This record gives sequence, C-alpha cells and structure tokens, in this order.
Amino acid sequence: MNMVECRDVKKIYRQGKMEVQALRGVTLSIEKGAFMALAGPSGSGKTTLLNIIGGLDAADSGTVVVDGDTLAGMGQGELADMRLRKVGFVFQSYNLIPVLSARENVEFIMLLQGVSPRERRDRALSILEEVGLAGLHDRRPAELSGGQQQRVAVARAIVSGPSIVLADEPTANLDSRTGSDLLDMMKKMNEEKKVTFIFSTHDRMVMDYARRLVLIRDGQVDGDHPRE
Amino acid sequence: MILEFAWRNIWRNRRRTAIILTAVVIGVWSMIFLGALMRGIADQMVRNGIATLTGHIQVHQKGFQADPSIENRIREPGEIRHALGETLPEKSRWTARVRVPAVAANARHSAGITLVGIDPPVEKDLSFIGQAVRSGRYLEKDDPRGILVGEAFLHQFETRIGHRLVLMSQDTTGEVASRSFTIVGIFQGEMESTEKAFAFVTREAAREMLKMNGTASEFAILLPEESDAGPVAAGIRNRLSPDSYEVLTWQDMLPLVSAVLALYDQFIFLWYVVVFIAMGFGLVNTVLMAVYERMREFGLLKALGMRPLRIVGDVLLEAFFILAIGVLAGNALGILSTLALKTRGIDLSAFAAGSEFAGLGRVIYPTLELRDVLLANGVVFILGLVVSLYPALRAARFTPVEALART
Repeated sequence: MNMVECRDVKKIYRQGKMEVQALRGVTLSIEKGAFMALAGPSGSGKTTLLNIIGGLDAADSGTVVVDGDTLAGMGQGELADMRLRKVGFVFQSYNLIPVLSARENVEFIMLLQGVSPRERRDRALSILEEVGLAGLHDRRPAELSGGQQQRVAVARAIVSGPSIVLADEPTANLDSRTGSDLLDMMKKMNEEKKVTFIFSTHDRMVMDYARRLVLIRDGQVDGDHPRE
Repeated sequence: MILEFAWRNIWRNRRRTAIILTAVVIGVWSMIFLGALMRGIADQMVRNGIATLTGHIQVHQKGFQADPSIENRIREPGEIRHALGETLPEKSRWTARVRVPAVAANARHSAGITLVGIDPPVEKDLSFIGQAVRSGRYLEKDDPRGILVGEAFLHQFETRIGHRLVLMSQDTTGEVASRSFTIVGIFQGEMESTEKAFAFVTREAAREMLKMNGTASEFAILLPEESDAGPVAAGIRNRLSPDSYEVLTWQDMLPLVSAVLALYDQFIFLWYVVVFIAMGFGLVNTVLMAVYERMREFGLLKALGMRPLRIVGDVLLEAFFILAIGVLAGNALGILSTLALKTRGIDLSAFAAGSEFAGLGRVIYPTLELRDVLLANGVVFILGLVVSLYPALRAARFTPVEALART
C-alpha cells in the first residue's frame, strides 16, 4: 500500500476575476518510506500539492488518500486530527513559537496529542539530542541559529510519530553546509524510523539527496525519476 | 503548559498589556469606588430619613398622614401600646410623640415650625435628637419649660441659650394655645432644613400646653432589622382597626427616598455597563491586535493539528489572565480607597444646599457592599470574556495556508 495516492488532483485559485490553475490534474503515488522531492520552478504548483497532501488546503477535484485516509469530505476538525496523528511539517522559515523554548516547541504537539507531561519531556529531550541540540533545549528560538531552529522544527515534526513528514523548502534559508547537515539528519531518520519524507524544493542539493525526484511544471507532473 | 503559554503570550508586548491592564484597573476601581459612593448616598438618605423622626414604622390615627393636625391625634393610645406589645420583636424600641404645626416667636422673629413633644430618655435611643445636641443640654424627663432648637433656627431667630421662645398652636378645644419656653440646648441636624423645621419639648409639656390629656400624635417604632419593617407593620395592622388607625412603614412615609433607592440599583448597574463598554472596546482592540500580530502562529498551530475550538480557548485564556490581573488590582484599589474614606467621608458642606435638596447630609460615607463588588467583578469577567470571543473566533478562522503565507 502506498503512503500517498493522488488521482487527477486539480486546484484553481481565484483572485477577483482572475483564475490561476495551480494543479491541472496531478496523479501520483508515493510509497511508504519514500525520501522524495517535488521539484520545479516557482509557481509550478509543488507547494500547493504539498499543502493538499498535508490537509492544509483542499483540492477542487480529484482524490487524495494519505495513509489510508481519503481527505475529500473531511471536516476541519477531522483534518486537524489527521495532521496531528499522521503528518509532520517542516517549513522554510522554521515557524517555531517564539515564547516557547526548544523543548517546549517540541513538546507542544505532544500536548495536543494528550501525552503525559513526563513522557512529553523525556521524548522531547531525546529527540533534541538526536538532532544534535543536546544542552540547547532551554533556549528560545531567538537564541538559536537558523540551522538550529530548523533542527528543532524537524524534531517537532518527527516527535509525534507521524507517517509522513512534509518539508516545504526546508533548506532555503540555510547555508549549504547547514543544509547538508540537516538533510543528512533527515535521511538518517527516514532510514531508521521508516518515516516518509516529501520535500518541495528547487534546491539542487535536496534533489541530490532525494531517492525519487518528481518534476512539477505548470501544475502537472512533468517527470518522475527514481534516483537509486 | 497551556497556562504558561497563555501567560507568556500576554507579556509579548508589555506596553500594550500594561495599557489595557491600566484601563481594566481604572474601570474596576471606578465601578467599586463610585458604586460604594452611590450606595453610601442611598444608605445615608435612608438613615437620615429614618433618624429624622420617621423610624421604621409609625402608627397614626387614620387621616394623620394627610393632615397632621391635632384633630387627627390618637385618642386611645392604650390600644396601640397593646398591639405593639404583642407584635414587636425583641430589642425593638418605640415611643409616643406629640407632633403639631406651631408658630415660634421671639421679640424679633416668628416662623412656622413643627413642635415635637418627646419622652426624653426613650427618644435618646430612637431618633437623631438624642445625639444631636451640640451646646447646652438635652431635655430632662421633667422639664416643663425647656426647649431644644436647631442651630440654623438659632441664627435665624438671632437668639441664644437661656433666651425665651413663645410657641403657639391650636389646642384640642380649637383655641390657640401659647406657652413660653426657655432654650436649653442647640441641636445640629444632618440637614439645615431639619434644624429650622423642628423644636423639641417634653411630651408632658406639649400635652399640657395643647390640653391633650394623655393622647399622642404618633407612635414611632425602631426595629432591630430595617428589613423587618414590612412584616412587622402587617402584624400591627392585623391587631388594629383599619377604620381607626394607619400603620405606615418608612417606605410609605418617605416615598421619594424609596423611589430613589429603587433607581439606585439600576443606576449602579448602568454605571457598570457604561464603564465596561469603554473598557470592552479597549480589550477587544488589544486582543484583536495581538491575534493579528500572531496570525502566522495561529496558522502554524492549526497546521500542527490544533482544533479551532482549542484556539478559541487559548485566546480566551489570555483574555482571562488580563482580566484577572486587572480585576484583582482594581478590587484592591477600589476597596482600599473606599475603606480610606469610610470613616472620614467626603465633605460636601460646600454644596450643602444642593446636597440637602437630594436628601443628603453634609458628609457622604461610601458603603462597600459585597453584592456590588461581586456584580462589578461579574460584569468585567463575564462581559470581558464575551467580547474577547470575537478576536478568539477570528483567530480560529484563519486558514493555515493563508496564515502561514503571511510574513
């Protein structure tokens, strides 16, 4: 069984009288444990596809199935629950909560899941150590470098035990060395924890790391290249 | 952690939080302090009314309330004494008085007054006159020529203690009776009008002068609890013939004070609402600004899987913290400033004429009532959370994609 199934997914954005066809019928299957990249120029539709797979946005037509859940017809509450249980997000600009420490940022998603305070703390400290932030857990985001913040974001995405991590341009704000370290870390997690990683990117380095590269152009799949 | 998260969030913009906290504190303080002042005014109106010879209950011959003349005197006081003995609760005090319209005159002036014949030792614990003598002396039990007059009366008549005053009034035979009294004491009333309106002699002296022969004009009763006036009056009424007597509570005798009291509760509530409206706009504005500043963060929380209802709860929790701090500080300030003025009061003697017109004394003492404090807190808390619902719902309605796209 695949982790993600997209069948003829279409999405149109309307701005006044203008219509922009972001996705023009994308059909794509992503296997469990994939470490793949959706690549393409700006405006090609890769972020839209990522948002639809993550249940942040809804397709106008077509079918999206994530880890056995068909997203069409799900209400806001059900989608929130699906994201909480199955999806981890990593964003280009980290999106950490500024008033919380690194540990608390990681703990927050477990709080939403109803994990006990002690277990939350233990798991958060453990994952922060795993991403190389041992000893920095009490720092707030403003006291961390960009690379460290993105590591906290990855820790937050992975700590809840998701089936899939969606990373939107995760290396765009990082220098190549830091970006490479981050990708090494995510690849290790993919291999060890068998979590599916899907990147939206136009960074050549991310494409090189990916084991599968799907090219998106003008809202359609323009190429699908296994890279192993 | 949720509590800590909300607590930290309210201090993200310290200046803004400080401004809205100041507004809440001032609002709550003004609700409590001005509420206590209004309550003090109302209480004083009642106290003055009751102490100025009204008492909690009065029993008259039927028709006396409409025409307080000697013809409407109580001819069989024994019946009333008997009824009072059967109905009054323990620790109640009562007295029979003579009260008739009279003319007071000396060599230079004359004026209409109300002549009140009192039983000096009993009256001492019943109405204001017992504690109101400022110079000279109080009446004695056997004091056939002594008279107490008010300070304002004294100035009006350009007279002093030891001087004579002639009183004239119609006696029970319909003839004009007159008697010369010697001023033995000067009393000070809460209001200048009281000092000009009443002159006090002993009940026996008044009866003698007016040939009243053991009769009286009114029975005045002071109860241990003001709130018992209605039921006790009903009990007395049941034991007396309605054709012969009228039994009135202070509310019946002071209809203006009763009406004002009823209005005061509404005034206080309206005052709370007006203050809250001003405060509420500030609160909504502050919370709304905080919500829009953190729009991206709310998008993130939703993306992470936070349900909209929980976001509403989080924003309300932040509003709750602001309200709680503001209410606590406002209560402390309101209670302290009320207590500070409770014994000293606010001196209104400069506006004596105006305050008398409203039935007030020269000094207003704020009265703190638990129900007013609870009402003020309730209004701020409940309405505060209700108005915060608007920004909270706005926060919950941000879609993750739109919110995260914000820079």
